[in-house]
Amino acid sequence: MARERTIMNVLNYALLIAGSFVMLGPLAWTVSTSLKLQQHVFDIPPKWIPDPLTWANYIDVWTKAPLLHGFMNSGIIVVTVLSVGLFVSAMAAYAFSKFEFPFKNAIFMSLLGTMMIPYSVVMIPQYIGFSELGWVDTLLPLIVPGLFGNIVTIFFFRQFMQGSIPSDLIDAAKIDGAGYFRTFVTVALPIAKPAIAAQAALGFMGIWNDFLGPLIYLHTPEKQTIQVLIASMQSNYISTSNYPSMMAASLIALLPVLIVFFFAQRYFIESMAISGIKG
Amino acid sequence: MKRNKTTGYRRKEIAWSLLFVTPPVLGFLIFGLAPLLTSLGLSFTSWDMLTPATFVGTENFKKMLQDEKFYKSIYNTFYLLIGIPIGMVISLLLAIMMNRPLKGISVFRTIYYIPVISPIIAVSLLWQWMLNYDYGLINEFIWTIFGVQGPNWLGDPNWVKPSFVMMGLWSGIGGTMVLYLAGLQGISSVYYEAAQVDGANRWHQFRHIVLPLLTPIHFFVIVMGVIGTFQSFSQMYIMATDGGPEYSGATIVFYIFQEAFKYFSMGYASAVAWVLGVIIFIITLIQFRFSRRWVYQD
Repeated sequence: MARERTIMNVLNYALLIAGSFVMLGPLAWTVSTSLKLQQHVFDIPPKWIPDPLTWANYIDVWTKAPLLHGFMNSGIIVVTVLSVGLFVSAMAAYAFSKFEFPFKNAIFMSLLGTMMIPYSVVMIPQYIGFSELGWVDTLLPLIVPGLFGNIVTIFFFRQFMQGSIPSDLIDAAKIDGAGYFRTFVTVALPIAKPAIAAQAALGFMGIWNDFLGPLIYLHTPEKQTIQVLIASMQSNYISTSNYPSMMAASLIALLPVLIVFFFAQRYFIESMAISGIKG
Repeated sequence: MKRNKTTGYRRKEIAWSLLFVTPPVLGFLIFGLAPLLTSLGLSFTSWDMLTPATFVGTENFKKMLQDEKFYKSIYNTFYLLIGIPIGMVISLLLAIMMNRPLKGISVFRTIYYIPVISPIIAVSLLWQWMLNYDYGLINEFIWTIFGVQGPNWLGDPNWVKPSFVMMGLWSGIGGTMVLYLAGLQGISSVYYEAAQVDGANRWHQFRHIVLPLLTPIHFFVIVMGVIGTFQSFSQMYIMATDGGPEYSGATIVFYIFQEAFKYFSMGYASAVAWVLGVIIFIITLIQFRFSRRWVYQD
């Protein structure tokens, strides 16, 4: 019995390690390619360790494409949408989870209904509307809709607040003379912190990696997000099949997400699991 | 007097609650409902955003039925759905392997999750390189192991979609695996103990305890997978220039994008978008209807 278990464990490890190679191989290959000279990229058999090793490709893409602008534009969208959007979503979730008011369920259900509408259906009228406002080629069409909160986030916060904010605590704050808004800020928000952190992590990933929206609206290179810049790398900044530069650019776009992921890993995986089970 | 005061307070509370839910409601009206209806209206017009829109009746829908690209993009999108069951099987196996008290499991979980968080643009670029016909790592690998030349992945109409499925598996199974892992950890040990008393072997336990108790997760993964697949666009934009060879890599969203933002046929693109919306709606509805028959509820 014990021996059978050991064999199973070894087999388990072996399979998981083999799988890890499949998962990390492409990324390692990207790193390796990005550190090679163009003339060594097509060497057969392929070499995993670049010889000579060069950082020139990173400098090359950084100077040729306005990547710093890209980072800043993506950063502006992420920060404004998350700071306002998460706060607004928490407000709505607080009302939905802790209070009774007319048409509560009807409102909540119609908001949930928006999840069913594919972006491609609303994309064209939104584009027409924003272009009439003269907002094309600005970050506004990517920021403003996010400021009104997000139904997935509201749903997540609502589940969390229902379970973890005791109504007694709200009543106590009421008796102490705290108003509705103050109770929300001083009682509800601090308790909801873990949920907010989880949604911030997921939201960052979603907004940072977004592509179709920014692609439609942003045309001037200095105004584009990092994803749009990277996607137009081949056609605008480097020669085709310049794989070392392309891989360097991809890694530059990947790095911030990886850093955030390693610091906030717990939140990513937990919120993914929670939204899956409760959703 | 006292009653008046409570109702006054209650009224205030209602007012504040309504105020708190106002922003998302406004957002829903401005960025959801209004565009949805506008889009329906647009689908009966012909409009290039320069000259005034003209009403064309059902012309756009007739045009769609005669456009080979439309059929191809629908077929391609449905084809990509085969990635969902394959991904579920692999993810579930991985989750079962990780759901054991072994050291270093969290390291594996992180490794498998990295592709999930990676930007799709970066992932598409790296797979484009991996799938290169002459020098890509995958064909090198096939040559080394099997001694044959691998397929022209992104250049051959027959291999473009399998390429997308393969890339989708690589970047998606980590997410599904985490869901299954959470589901497995939620299964009470009481079930296993009872099964052991009854003499059930591993396979019986899997077949009659694990699989049924995981049905809510199967359901979630399928519903979200279908919706996600029907909205896939970015990888096609990067890896299949102009829809790829013989339009074999174009999805419906890619087709809509081209019609709207390359040819500026806003009316026609809206009509196609509505067809896509209706397809997603019907499929999701069917899934929910059938879910009562097979999804376990406690």
